[in-house]
Amino acid sequence: MDIPYTIKARPDTGVYNAKLGIWLFLASEVMLFGGLFSAYIFLRIGSAEWPGMINGQMYKSASEILNIPIGTFNTLVLISSSVTMVMSWASLMMKDFKKYRLYLGLTILLAFVFLIVKGFEYSEKFEHHFYPAKSTFLAIYFTLTGLHGLHVIGGIIVNAYFWGPGSKMWKTQPERFTNRIEIAGLYWHFVDIVWIFLFPTIYLL
Amino acid sequence: MAGSANIEEVKKHVRIYMIVFASLAFLTIVTVAIAYLHLPITWALIIALVIATIKGTLVASFFMHLVSEKKVIYSFLILTVVFLIALFILTISAFHDQAGGKLVP
Repeated sequence: MDIPYTIKARPDTGVYNAKLGIWLFLASEVMLFGGLFSAYIFLRIGSAEWPGMINGQMYKSASEILNIPIGTFNTLVLISSSVTMVMSWASLMMKDFKKYRLYLGLTILLAFVFLIVKGFEYSEKFEHHFYPAKSTFLAIYFTLTGLHGLHVIGGIIVNAYFWGPGSKMWKTQPERFTNRIEIAGLYWHFVDIVWIFLFPTIYLL
Repeated sequence: MAGSANIEEVKKHVRIYMIVFASLAFLTIVTVAIAYLHLPITWALIIALVIATIKGTLVASFFMHLVSEKKVIYSFLILTVVFLIALFILTISAFHDQAGGKLVP
């Protein structure tokens, strides 16, 4: 059985089905992260001091706890991965499969760099006994960045599939495969946008 | 999308992607630089959110192709933004209503 509208646009929507599907999924993701962001706003406007008391010590700014240079580095890593992701799609549009694999491979690599750096950040927090249960600030920090990290892992899994076994489709249905990469890209850029808002609001303010 | 665009058109897109990349990197540095100025929180918040919104819009418009997307996608996104704003308004108004705007030490 053929799945309809994987390449051609559906006449009533004007887009192929997967594109509508991913945008609906991303809309639900906006509400997921939006709920947590609103929780963050709620907790923050209700606090006299932010981050406040942790382990008996008063912290007056997030930069006393979080490492801004590392956060900046990770922001640049994620932005770069968005560029390599869109370049992998553009390479397929230009019928260059080798470049596609190179760019998607770089995207996966950059995603790993992001996670490794985040892992170092987390372990540094744990060394100082900064756990989620220790303060409201740490709870929302770990929840937001943790959920974002899970999304990065999800992106790695999907992209790794399209880099490896899933790329066989290029030989049989190149247009459908190109659309798949566009969809994977839409998800990946969304993960980037979430970080674009997370970084300044949690690290810098 | 896959079948319609020609190679020259995609090459033009690639140039735009590079400009967007440079702009995103520049705006990231600007955000961090401004954070080190230790401006009053209201101004710091406004500037940080404005820059983040510009960056997010750049990614959504060019990398996610929203500049040339179909009407159905726009209508879903407008609905999403309406719900998101409602969520923020509800949460913030709940704080002023239930907690009476009191701060927790």
